[in-house]
Amino acid sequence: MSTASELTRASAADLAAAIAAREVSSAEVTRAHLERIGAVDGDVHAFLHVSEAAIATAEEVDRRLAAGERLGPLAGVPVAIKDVLCTIYMPSTAGSRILEGWVPPYDATPVARLRAAGLVPLGKTNMDEFAMGSSTEYSAYGATRNPWDLTRIPGGSGGGSAAALAAFEAPLALGSDTGGSIRQPAAVTGTVGVKPTYGGVSRYGAIALASSLDQVGPVSRSVLDAALLHDVIGGHDPRDSTSLRDAWPSFADAARRGAEEGTLRGLRVGVVRELTADGPTGDGFQAGVTQRFREALGILADAGAEIVEVDAPSFDYGIAAYYLILPAEASSNLAKFDSVRFGLRVTPPGGGTVEQVMAATREAGFGPEVKRRVILGTYALSAGYYDAYYGSAQKVRTLIQRDFAAAFETADVLVSPAAPTTAFPLGAKVDDPLAMYLNDLTTIPANLAGVPGIALPVGLAPEDGLPVGIQFMAPARADDRLYHVGAALERLLQERWGGPLHAQAPALG
Amino acid sequence: MPRDALMDFDAALEKYEPVLGFEVHVELSTATKMFSDAPNPATGDDAEAAGPNTAITPVDLGLPGSLPVVNETAVRYSISLGLALGCRIAESSRFARKNYFYPDLAKNYQISQYDEPIAFEGEVEVELEDGTVVRVPIERAHMEEDAGKLTHVGGATGRIHGAEYSLVDYNRAGVPLVEIVTKPIYGTAERAPEVGRAYVGAIREIVRGLGISQARMERGNLRCDANVSLRPRGAEKLGTRTETKNVNSLRSVERAVRYEIRRQAAILDGGGTITQETRHWHEDRGETSAGRPKSDADDYRYFPEPDLLPVEPSAELIEELRAALPEAPAVRRRRLKADWGFTDEEFRDVANSGLLVEVAETVAAGAAPAQARKWWTGEIARIANARTTDPAGLISPVHVSEIVAMVENGELTDRLARQVVEAVIDGEGSPAEVVTTRGLQVVSDDSALTAAIDAALAEQPDVLAKIRDGKVQAAGAIIGAVMKQMRGQADAARVRELILERAQS
Repeated sequence: MSTASELTRASAADLAAAIAAREVSSAEVTRAHLERIGAVDGDVHAFLHVSEAAIATAEEVDRRLAAGERLGPLAGVPVAIKDVLCTIYMPSTAGSRILEGWVPPYDATPVARLRAAGLVPLGKTNMDEFAMGSSTEYSAYGATRNPWDLTRIPGGSGGGSAAALAAFEAPLALGSDTGGSIRQPAAVTGTVGVKPTYGGVSRYGAIALASSLDQVGPVSRSVLDAALLHDVIGGHDPRDSTSLRDAWPSFADAARRGAEEGTLRGLRVGVVRELTADGPTGDGFQAGVTQRFREALGILADAGAEIVEVDAPSFDYGIAAYYLILPAEASSNLAKFDSVRFGLRVTPPGGGTVEQVMAATREAGFGPEVKRRVILGTYALSAGYYDAYYGSAQKVRTLIQRDFAAAFETADVLVSPAAPTTAFPLGAKVDDPLAMYLNDLTTIPANLAGVPGIALPVGLAPEDGLPVGIQFMAPARADDRLYHVGAALERLLQERWGGPLHAQAPALG
Repeated sequence: MPRDALMDFDAALEKYEPVLGFEVHVELSTATKMFSDAPNPATGDDAEAAGPNTAITPVDLGLPGSLPVVNETAVRYSISLGLALGCRIAESSRFARKNYFYPDLAKNYQISQYDEPIAFEGEVEVELEDGTVVRVPIERAHMEEDAGKLTHVGGATGRIHGAEYSLVDYNRAGVPLVEIVTKPIYGTAERAPEVGRAYVGAIREIVRGLGISQARMERGNLRCDANVSLRPRGAEKLGTRTETKNVNSLRSVERAVRYEIRRQAAILDGGGTITQETRHWHEDRGETSAGRPKSDADDYRYFPEPDLLPVEPSAELIEELRAALPEAPAVRRRRLKADWGFTDEEFRDVANSGLLVEVAETVAAGAAPAQARKWWTGEIARIANARTTDPAGLISPVHVSEIVAMVENGELTDRLARQVVEAVIDGEGSPAEVVTTRGLQVVSDDSALTAAIDAALAEQPDVLAKIRDGKVQAAGAIIGAVMKQMRGQADAARVRELILERAQS
């Protein structure tokens, strides 16, 4: 592992080991990734901001390691950060014009933990504005392109983080997942993404979309790498009241055990009918996605897992409930963008009252999808409509939680395709919000129930040669189960493929 | 501005029955704010001292990504207050977001308890001037955060209209508040204004007794909104109410309620209808004026605050706080009256001036009860009256006890002490500082007094002979002259002694 190409294709675990063994310096690894960004990001546009301090940070880590300091297991490894997370020294825009150039005075807790563990922030990755979207096309700063096919979307809202990994611009990234924004991009870029249990990772410093659904999580090219990053960023944070106080097991250990054991004997895997081609929205599932999904189930069964079918009838109402709860919370969370204290300020010609300045700023600073959801949410919370909309949606949420609880009586993990289709062409759905929303069909229930989910690649769809992802979901607090089963399946698949899926990705640049 | 037509108060009460309701906001004196670890300016002695926008964190500014965390002490204080109001404490209560755009509200929503307050269904006993006890039913007491402060610059009135620009100070944003809401108060009739004053005074006494707020109305630690409606005597249906905001002294509560009764009665009597609205109280003119129209359908789009968990105090905590409650005000009054040895009239005089806490604290600081009463209901009340404010809060009880001590040990005469009181109220410093900087010490140097006496005797040489003839009152002329020369800073009794000694020598 010495050429720039080897360094950018290596896993985070291998890079960390090589840096710790002083076989390669963090500065060399960081430089290789910055060069890669320079070479391909003009095409991919995964980054909104590349850190000027990355090399200096890496050199500092090298000095500390040389001095014999014990840093975390990922010390020296570069990491890309979704622009929804606040970062000192780097602008944090959440993909919105209204925050253009805003540099927060504090780090989000997951970012602070990365820095403390000696990881090297490379920059900020592109996203749909305020994480509203499934394609990154709603970014105010231009769409990100899918490294597997530059004419296609990389998923969203965290398309930047996923594309950065798929394009070997970063070995690790942070994402945030409100309805699938980590898992769906992972699915369509052949990468790995985890939405932790709600409360497992602090939300402090994550620019809020929908507070009761948002969760920060790791993005990577391997299950073990995601687990290592999750170990760094997770755990209780007194600054987030919804952060769980649990002592968490090592997720990296769970992943290693899963990969080593090679068997899934005794594991009950529940196929959620409503989230597959057999469900009521089955028409939306691409044939190649279903094919690869079923093959993966076969591999799990061959490894000893018991495949059972579970019904979760309330999941059919998941999207409807989600698109009431999310806009309602978002309409309130986004009220603070009013030009008074930070961000864009637009004064109407000839001046204006504070109300007129607020209105002009929000008109100019928010894109169409943000406006659509703010209007939807304001309506859903209005007196006289609250019970019918927000109230009913919360009831559906309770029913979905009950369906999960019942399903976990008969299955240890639940499984579905991570997204109903492979990456669609840029522009295909940007003017059809409903079609865009349906892309999150399989990922939304986990957010509504607060349970963890992982997406990992299971091959390429025969009809278009693009990555297909599978999703596992576990009960709240059982994130370790996802790493265990995910790493086991990953190993079995890679034995068939003769290496990681991303080895088959087309060359860029 | 045209003056409101007002009906004579007694005539109004003959035709109409007033129904009252009060919303009192109490700023809690916790070390940090309701949802952040910024210092709480409502706790310090001088909230303005540090300058605007100094007591703030990313949470108070509503910066993107920041999250609230509930202040545990504020929860404990709120439970104690709820218990002292005779309320039930909710096993589980939660916060909601009240959404509206205003530049003093950093997030453009206020975190407040809405449908699930921490305390509900209580009752407060309120004692009127003649000892009558009125029971005021409490609907709820809930926790919320205060907003920042706007200053409108460039306009003539300090109001937003006509201003060139506005400045916003977020120091107060996030200060913990408890809002105490009464149920409708019926049957107060002509005593309605007095009940209003006594109720707010009782709340003030309760929170001061609990030690959970500085409770100084002139600083906004305790703020009262007064709701008044009238209905024809004997009618069942409630009239339309007005809400007079920020009536910030006990005296103003009484005046504002009286004003609204007279104003509404005049409108109703003329066949008009009352507009449901908020009204502003103008202390200077003694009037209310129309604010914004208010309807029950004001849409704040409340929904449960997803960033916070429900507040679920354990039964043990509630019992612990109940056991730690100070004695109820009524019990406390009986005890204090006995301890102080006041007559009924003396005690009522103190209580009705809203000065029980002040007198108690002055006594606790070392002053004799009679002296404490004398100063609070005398000189301090006189100054307050001249300035149309409440005596409570004008000066600290510790300072009053220091002044009393100075008089007792002869450092100050009564007359000098009155000057010191006024100077301390005017912010010239502590009593000791005022005495030093103004040079107000009693001249106790006999040689200086003797010199002054000699000078006066030289002017009126016949006085000594009159004294020797037994006309001791003749000394008065010399005492007067000496006091004049000493600018009052002499102990008249000592001067008299020295003159008599001289006559006998």
